Amino acid sequence: MLKVEGINVYYGAIHALKDLSITVNEGEIVTLIGANGAGKSTLLKTLSGLLKPKTGSVEFLDKSITNQSIQSIVKQGLIHCPEGRRVFANMSVEENLELGGYLQDSSSLPADFEKVYTTFPRLLERKKQLAGTLSGGEQQMLAMGRAMMGHPKLLLLDEPSMGLAPLLVQDIFRIIQEVNASGTTVLLVEQNAHQALKIAHRAYVLETGRVVLEGDAKELADSEEIKMAYLGH
Amino acid sequence: MEYFIQQLINGISVGSIYALIALGYTMVYGIIKLINFAHGDVFMVGSFIGLFSARYLASVGLPPVIVLIISLIISMTVSALLGISIERLAYKPLRKASRIAVLITAIGVSFFLEYSGVFVLGPQAKGFPEILNKKQYQLFGSSVQVDSNQIMILVTTVILMIILQYIVHRTKIGKAMRAVSYDMEAARLMGINVDRTISATFAIGSALAAAAGVIFGMTYNSVDPMMGVLPGLKAFVAAVLGGIGSVPGALVGGLLLGTVETEISSLGYSSWRDGVAFAVLILILIFKPSGLFGKNVREKV
Repeated sequence: MLKVEGINVYYGAIHALKDLSITVNEGEIVTLIGANGAGKSTLLKTLSGLLKPKTGSVEFLDKSITNQSIQSIVKQGLIHCPEGRRVFANMSVEENLELGGYLQDSSSLPADFEKVYTTFPRLLERKKQLAGTLSGGEQQMLAMGRAMMGHPKLLLLDEPSMGLAPLLVQDIFRIIQEVNASGTTVLLVEQNAHQALKIAHRAYVLETGRVVLEGDAKELADSEEIKMAYLGH
Repeated sequence: MEYFIQQLINGISVGSIYALIALGYTMVYGIIKLINFAHGDVFMVGSFIGLFSARYLASVGLPPVIVLIISLIISMTVSALLGISIERLAYKPLRKASRIAVLITAIGVSFFLEYSGVFVLGPQAKGFPEILNKKQYQLFGSSVQVDSNQIMILVTTVILMIILQYIVHRTKIGKAMRAVSYDMEAARLMGINVDRTISATFAIGSALAAAAGVIFGMTYNSVDPMMGVLPGLKAFVAAVLGGIGSVPGALVGGLLLGTVETEISSLGYSSWRDGVAFAVLILILIFKPSGLFGKNVREKV
């Protein structure tokens, strides 16, 4: 479904991604783990078109999206739910969701609202409330709900559990699995490697802009190397 | 007391003009963090277009109210296109440049419009046709007077405010504008076309300035290519006073500034009028730089 081949991405003079290649197959949850600054968020930003690779190619649904605009990437169903939630705090929950479906036909809005509110009943209770007044967990739900409004075929989630209470983290991971089970492929970036490896099918480990390990999530979770470096055992 | 109320009514008329211009400043600032110093000159262009359309339409023999409405629409439309062109040609190529570079470009555009005006129209002031016959109305017995022009200003401003509120809060482009001004990158990730949204913001701001230009012409009966400088600066003060980036702030700031100015003149200090406006700017920058309705903005790191 997604095929990234040998991309090199720069932030000014900083070489952030080095000859990086990954693939994501339809129906999978794939997780990217790695320390701060390993290039996980940079990779997601490159996939959604916020950053352009200097060399290399990104293919989505067998079509190159390397030099496409963000809008056309979003329209094809590659939706990026950014780090730090980035909800529009000065707008209501419902308006946030509406913006998530910005490129969708307005006739599909009611059904999409329905779907998001079924997944996140909390958002329905608070639909008229300003997004800025929501708790951290609710804002994360809103960010994910907003992404779902864009009819994602591939959903990029950047640190969805960041700064949340442990109980909420469980919720969020359960919902990611539900979303995946309903047919959305997920590429998940997480600091919480332990949880991420539990729900993922496959994983890539990034270090300073390169893939250093990849494989089955269960196997990686059991490998000594990963335990030492990322799981804190 | 009646004298005070009389001056308040006069102040609201002047203030409405400032408010209409200030909205353009504040909306553009909200979305691309640029103080568009050419905005006062868009007001001037709007006024001239209003003048020419009104002259033509009146010569055809249309009734006054129709002349006013059509002139407003023509002037607002042409100015909206002017605003879009300015943004496309002068500011868009500098989207990634430093803010000071764009600011200096805005000053350049301002001079360009002013002196193009002098070149094409000549530096002399032109008389604005009297579209509506002025009628006086008495309130509270006969102590307070309102003229038809002041009523026209108030009605026009209120109608435009309602339309603006509707656009910003109810339409798709309005929601996109608010999203882009809150978080441009997140807005991009929704698939919002940021360039088109910025164009729309310039179009709306310029149209409001043009409306102010037509109203101004009808009130003071004289327009010239340099007429945008002072009202432009004062509207900027009004926008800062209300809290730059805030739409209600621009409205309140404009009305407040207009009222303060008029009251000061009425107390016999009319030569201090312009000075007071800028004193307000200095005071607000010292004591409440975020303005009356502004939020404290955290710089993103």
